[in-house]
Amino acid sequence: MLKGRHLIEPKDFSKEELEEIFNLCDRIVENPENYNKKCDGKILANLFYEPSTRTRLSFEAAMLRLGGKVIGFSSASSSSVSKGESVADTIRTVGCYADICAMRHPKEGAPKVASLKSEIPVINAGDGGHQHPTQTLTDLMTIRAERGSIKNLTVGICGDLKFGRTVHSLIKALSRYENIKFVLISPEELKIPDYIKNEVLIKNNLKFKETKKLETSLENLDILYMTRVQKERFFNEADYIRLKDSYILDSKKLKMAKDDMTILHPLPRVNEISVEVDNDDRAKYFQQVQYGMYIRMALIIKLLGVDEKC
Amino acid sequence: MLNVDSLKKGIVIDHIKAGKSMEIYNYLNLDKADYTVAIIKNVSSKKMHKKDIIKIENNIDINLNILGYIDPNITINVIENDKIIKKLKLDPPETVKNVMQCKNPRCITTIEQEIDHIFILIDKEKAVYKCIYCDHIYKKD
Repeated sequence: MLKGRHLIEPKDFSKEELEEIFNLCDRIVENPENYNKKCDGKILANLFYEPSTRTRLSFEAAMLRLGGKVIGFSSASSSSVSKGESVADTIRTVGCYADICAMRHPKEGAPKVASLKSEIPVINAGDGGHQHPTQTLTDLMTIRAERGSIKNLTVGICGDLKFGRTVHSLIKALSRYENIKFVLISPEELKIPDYIKNEVLIKNNLKFKETKKLETSLENLDILYMTRVQKERFFNEADYIRLKDSYILDSKKLKMAKDDMTILHPLPRVNEISVEVDNDDRAKYFQQVQYGMYIRMALIIKLLGVDEKC
Repeated sequence: MLNVDSLKKGIVIDHIKAGKSMEIYNYLNLDKADYTVAIIKNVSSKKMHKKDIIKIENNIDINLNILGYIDPNITINVIENDKIIKKLKLDPPETVKNVMQCKNPRCITTIEQEIDHIFILIDKEKAVYKCIYCDHIYKKD
């Protein structure tokens, strides 16, 4: 039963519960018009304490396509946070206005704080460099749709593995599926954090390899998940400039990859995937964006517990 | 050797790493105690070379849970009628609340007012904890 629950990190839901959401998403993708009044009279609060285009609009589009309404703010400066209001007080206030909340915050653990004080479901829409579970649902849904299932895959994850919250959430989520191998491609300074390496990969005896080389890793991959080096996570701009061009995927490098490899990216991209790659059949990152909206529709329906029957 | 009177009733916190007794004194809020408390520092020890000891008189109801986090090698002797009636070996507690603060500058606990700083035990043998908010990992030295 997902009604009334929070989604703070991917493991808040069991594999079976995720499958329930994916199955509902399949039905929405098939006939989205059947769901356009499901959230009539419901309100989503979009509490975005830091800039976001995709995630915020995706949540907004999802709620509007379900027939619901959206309130909220899109930066901390336009909310009471600028007056010093705590996350705990904000969520208690918002809970009086809305039925469900999506929260993006630059500080790690802010949605967790909200969930501990909230009367309405809280969805983590990204907290600092920590977790981004709805992107993970999007990624899993895309993998499931493009590969037929989520098992027996060698998944390459490339770029900023230290601050890339989508990466942390994705590894945690994939660790529960059968025979998933990871190839973690990053510069030394942006390697995966210890808590993911020790607590997820090593603890669960998962097969993984850490490498600095993208080219030599490509031939074995079923999925390549590219990420950008995130400027906003660096305290020192010189470090960012030194690392930002570490990996650029282009058509020449793609010749070394399997013909059926799936290229994913949580977007936005800067320059880590050349525009020429967009025309390659293996590039699925814009389909990923579409699945992102549908999976958020399914998630909202499930957490609100509205009638799914059509 | 310095002698401190034996206890009729109370607790002896023994095998404290030399120099750590004041930390424990503060964690247990013994500065507010209205009963007798003795801190004995740098006592010779066969096992530890040097150790600290704290003796607390007339109180056996102190919550000692936190000591397992500070140093699981500490032993507790419960004294009644001049005799040791119980020896306790401490395990690291499952949860540590408001004892330390998360050092991750990106953690919400650095800015949120009046929040409980909570850490949960993830590896009992190595006494490894993680912040419940940001998952930052802490190993005891």
